[in-house]
Amino acid sequence: MAPLPFEDIFKPPGGLDGSMLELLFAARWSPYLAGAGIGLLVTLAFLLSNRPIGCSTAYLKARGMLGMLVARERTAATEYYRLIAPTVDWQFMIVPGIVVGAFLAAWLSGTFTLELVPPFWSARFGDSLLLRWGTALAGGVLLGFGARWAGGCTSGHGISGNIQLSLASMLAAAGFFIGGILVSLALFGVPGDEGLWGFV
Amino acid sequence: MNLDAIRTNRPLQTGLGFAFGILFGFLLERGGATEHAVIWGQLLLYDFTVLKIMLSAVLVGMIGFQVLRSLGLVAPRVADPSLGAHLVGGLIFGVGFALLGLCPGTVAGAVGRGSADALVGGAVGLVIGTGLFARVYPRVSRGIARSGPLPWRTVPELLGGINPWFAVGGMAVVILGVFWVLETLGL
Repeated sequence: MAPLPFEDIFKPPGGLDGSMLELLFAARWSPYLAGAGIGLLVTLAFLLSNRPIGCSTAYLKARGMLGMLVARERTAATEYYRLIAPTVDWQFMIVPGIVVGAFLAAWLSGTFTLELVPPFWSARFGDSLLLRWGTALAGGVLLGFGARWAGGCTSGHGISGNIQLSLASMLAAAGFFIGGILVSLALFGVPGDEGLWGFV
Repeated sequence: MNLDAIRTNRPLQTGLGFAFGILFGFLLERGGATEHAVIWGQLLLYDFTVLKIMLSAVLVGMIGFQVLRSLGLVAPRVADPSLGAHLVGGLIFGVGFALLGLCPGTVAGAVGRGSADALVGGAVGLVIGTGLFARVYPRVSRGIARSGPLPWRTVPELLGGINPWFAVGGMAVVILGVFWVLETLGL
């Protein structure tokens, strides 16, 4: 008899038994387990802070703080910075927290490595730092601009907004993935018959 | 210490933001979402890790949120949806998503696991891009962002004002159905 599809979804891949100690050091968890953990975390953030966990605002706050250093009056007079104050607060600290948390996870499992160009990229576009970092910079600019335009990112809309059953968040998430899928296919081409492509 | 005292204590909240960020980064890294290859694999529709993480988070979180709401501990705060704000902004985001291979949260996670292009490209670009939006905000918010408004703000409103728990139940069935299809197809 074939195993039930849900039988082993909470086991991490690689033959680990899923005990707490093994989970602490495992490089990779089941995506269902990691996702369920994020769902609990978002609930806890609503309970203790009454806020959706989002990330794009933190970059805006960083930009605003730089602006306050070099062009104080103009920054202070900018309508958007009066709406979203450029200060070190709950919303700002999420992003440095993510850096630390991901570092801890990678360090505990021994997977922290300095990576100049992602292998997935260099397999198609080569090892040029200029090409990769330039493309990443352009991507970051569009991510930041689009996230603020839509009022949130993959966390703020994609998770925290959708759990509130928000239609704005569902619309934004549709935009993230429609745009992302089309441009990724244009960049990397249709991937043969892997994944979903094996069924079409 | 009651809940309001916790929520209005600013230094405590700043520390809580950092703590939530650490847990979020840990979970994103262990789930695999901080890898460019995993994000690109999702956008190329052959690695469904990102969808599994997001839908699991939504499944657990929407139940958690409704419990808090039923207890009167939170009230939904959702934006008024419009095509001009959410779909257009989302599509611009999507182009950047594909070029970078990361999103604003996972780019910070990628920095934490040692990715250089996430730091010098992605994070720097995000600071520049959000700043560019601050310049156009007055025009966008009064112009294109108002076009194509939707008359409903949430799924329960769209379904004629049903009890939110029914909407949660319906969405849970859909999400579990997606998981079942993905696992059955071996994706």
